Amino acid sequence: MNIEKGLKYSKEHEWVRVEGNRAYIGITDYAQNALGDVVFVELPETGADLETGDTLGVVESVKAASDIYTPVSGTVVEVNDELSESPEKINESPYEAWIAVIELNDFSQLDDLMDEYEYEQFCSKEG
Amino acid sequence: MKKTVLYETHCSLGGKMVEFAGWALPVQYSGIIEEHERVRNAAGLFDVSHMGEIMIGGPDAEKFVQKIVTNNVKDMDTGRVQYSPMCYPDGGIVDDILIYKFADTKYFLVVNASNADKDFKWMKDNIEGKVEIRDVSNEYAQLALQGPKAQKILKMLTDFSLEAIKPFRFEQKVVIAGVDTIVSRTGYTGEDGFELYIRPQNAEHVWDRIIEAGKTEGLVPAGLGARDTLRFEAALPLYGQEISEDITPIEAGLERFVKFDKGDFIGRDALLKQKEKGPDRKLVGFEMIDRGVPRSHYIVQVGSMEIGFVTSGNFSPTLKKNIGIALLKKEYCEIGTDIEIVIRNKAMKARVIKLPFYSKKRRISL
Repeated sequence: MNIEKGLKYSKEHEWVRVEGNRAYIGITDYAQNALGDVVFVELPETGADLETGDTLGVVESVKAASDIYTPVSGTVVEVNDELSESPEKINESPYEAWIAVIELNDFSQLDDLMDEYEYEQFCSKEG
Repeated sequence: MKKTVLYETHCSLGGKMVEFAGWALPVQYSGIIEEHERVRNAAGLFDVSHMGEIMIGGPDAEKFVQKIVTNNVKDMDTGRVQYSPMCYPDGGIVDDILIYKFADTKYFLVVNASNADKDFKWMKDNIEGKVEIRDVSNEYAQLALQGPKAQKILKMLTDFSLEAIKPFRFEQKVVIAGVDTIVSRTGYTGEDGFELYIRPQNAEHVWDRIIEAGKTEGLVPAGLGARDTLRFEAALPLYGQEISEDITPIEAGLERFVKFDKGDFIGRDALLKQKEKGPDRKLVGFEMIDRGVPRSHYIVQVGSMEIGFVTSGNFSPTLKKNIGIALLKKEYCEIGTDIEIVIRNKAMKARVIKLPFYSKKRRISL
């Protein structure tokens, strides 16, 4: 399992990369591996205001549909349209295949997320 | 959770183990799409030891089987395999089974893992005449070798003329890799292939030898995930989805397996009535026009009126499309009908298309 350096991680296996006040959100290598072949990604609407824990999108694999929750609150300012045509990017490069960008309204929420070491420990417990 | 004798083998091959009908089984090894494509183009090996086996013997065996299934076993030769629904008096389906005829007085029934106990009880409750019913599930491990290269691979391990085993036929005591097996030309993928019944203690040996022999031909071990996408593309029914106690064989498009002219059987009256009147709902295939993956139990509607539900749906690895099977009111079953699938509270456009989505060309490589 690959855990990218310098990102924040949620217990639901999303990653967050912060650039300025923009948070790029995707799903981790652990998550894509558990889901299996991704065949469809439902993206959020740009402009949507989301609270922590709201559905950011849905990733569908051959096995099942899985909700993706936003680990931070804010406004969706960009979505990764490339995933509409090539959902398999989530399997191929999960840390590049971001799903959406959220403009952060509360930086303190980032403190509630795990760093890479904590996430590694968390995943090893999940087996 | 029950484990098949191949449990350790699956783990060592990197199988992702999940629970299915009370059994620990691999959902995938390398990936569902990869395994699916290998079965379509080369071959895949499945452990299907979770399936139940029931032996029916005795002087009244034929009469009894005739009574509990909808198909006609009377004209079956020894060495034949027949598919049949087994119904309740109201026409709902107890299970769908494969019937192997060993002799007029001996039938071997292969049943779904999730229904095995229920089926066994149902048969015992309906016993009639001099019949002995035995649950022999623990006496057999079962492997399914499926794909256009299946025969070529299996030939490497046997002197038996496999080409003599035609579709829906079987042979007993075929020696595969030194092991006595029952071999039938059957399967659940829409491809050519074989199902092997083996004594459990020999299963690992046979599995390993097939994997080894098949390497150069592109054979891979395949899991439940690919088994489901393969059978779904071929529109082979899955109990609990396309068929159930609430869905009859007539509604499910399985009328050719219901033989009204064979005499009485459980469910006959109800099914005959339904056939004569025409069923109110039928199974159809559909493809998504809008983006989205249909899944079983999603509501199907037209306008805002509910007209049925999805029984199976997925991305089709062969067609590269999102497709599904749905049980719809008969007025909406014509090919080309526009329907809507409700995916996460949104009505997504879809269209009724022909079933099956996939059927193989004759391309058995010898």
